[in-house]
Amino acid sequence: MLRRIQVLLLALLFVVPAWAAIEEVDFNDAQQLVRYKALIAELRCPMCLNANLAGSDAPIAADLRAEIHKQILAGKSDEEILQFLTERYGEFILYKPPLHIATSILWFTPPLLLLLGFFVLRRMLAGSRLQTAESDPLSRQEQEQLQQLLQKDQQG
Amino acid sequence: MSNRAKLFIPAIFFVTMLGLLLYGLFHDPSKVPSALISRSMPVFTRPNLFDDKAAVSNEQLKGGIFLVNVWATWCPPCHAEHPYLLEISEREKGVTFVGVNYKDDAQAARDFLQERGNPFKISFSDPAGTLGIELGVAGAPETFLLDATGTIRYKYVGAIDNRVWEEKFVPLLAQLR
Repeated sequence: MLRRIQVLLLALLFVVPAWAAIEEVDFNDAQQLVRYKALIAELRCPMCLNANLAGSDAPIAADLRAEIHKQILAGKSDEEILQFLTERYGEFILYKPPLHIATSILWFTPPLLLLLGFFVLRRMLAGSRLQTAESDPLSRQEQEQLQQLLQKDQQG
Repeated sequence: MSNRAKLFIPAIFFVTMLGLLLYGLFHDPSKVPSALISRSMPVFTRPNLFDDKAAVSNEQLKGGIFLVNVWATWCPPCHAEHPYLLEISEREKGVTFVGVNYKDDAQAARDFLQERGNPFKISFSDPAGTLGIELGVAGAPETFLLDATGTIRYKYVGAIDNRVWEEKFVPLLAQLR
């Protein structure tokens, strides 16, 4: 039983999202279809906050897919198409925003936090090693010394 | 840094996170700044809604303040804002109201305006939504404010009501006049 669940969970890892886009698109060659699929996967639907153009069934997503299809057939390059869309819809529609001052926090915070995490982890590990060193049992000689001191204290 | 000061680091981190989360709670992620602010109205020619043979072009949206409302009969928020648009179109004499009938059936749109009143001085249709793409429209209703040079000065996404009008449009209109 447990094994079956494990297999099922493992299978889930290989599930590919079912794209909502169902229009048939015709291209002159396979390369154009590959570009089309890449573009609609990396562009965000302007209406739905968190779905790409490929995965959204919003009317505007269908319109933009049609626009991209048209522009690919017209011989536009990927850069030209991306520029066309960001000029109209802003960088909001790019899932991979270009690096500039406003987006630097987006690009640099995760690696910085990761570094900070490593730093803290190292400090914590070093600290615990220090503690174990401190808690080493006393040697026989030290124990005798301790007993003597305690006895002296009681007498005094 | 002294050990005492170090004790405050988690507290500062916590308060910062709390602040960011609070901001996220009251910040509407669907409000996205438009890429078209300070750009000219795109060049277009579209059929007049009430006369297929006549055309409306961007040249007609110059030399005054224009409020361009992208709407459709299939869009419920457009129905919701329609009475308010009628009201302000009668009140705001210095502003020319323009209706862009977006991806709609022209006959249904004409019937709608005849039945419920027409706030627009100029009406044209964009049946395929291609002007919508030029304007970065994600869905109706969206409203643009153009100054006398035909430059887009503001864009509002969603239905306009009294609060939106007073808070967003009135201050800008005062500035443009």
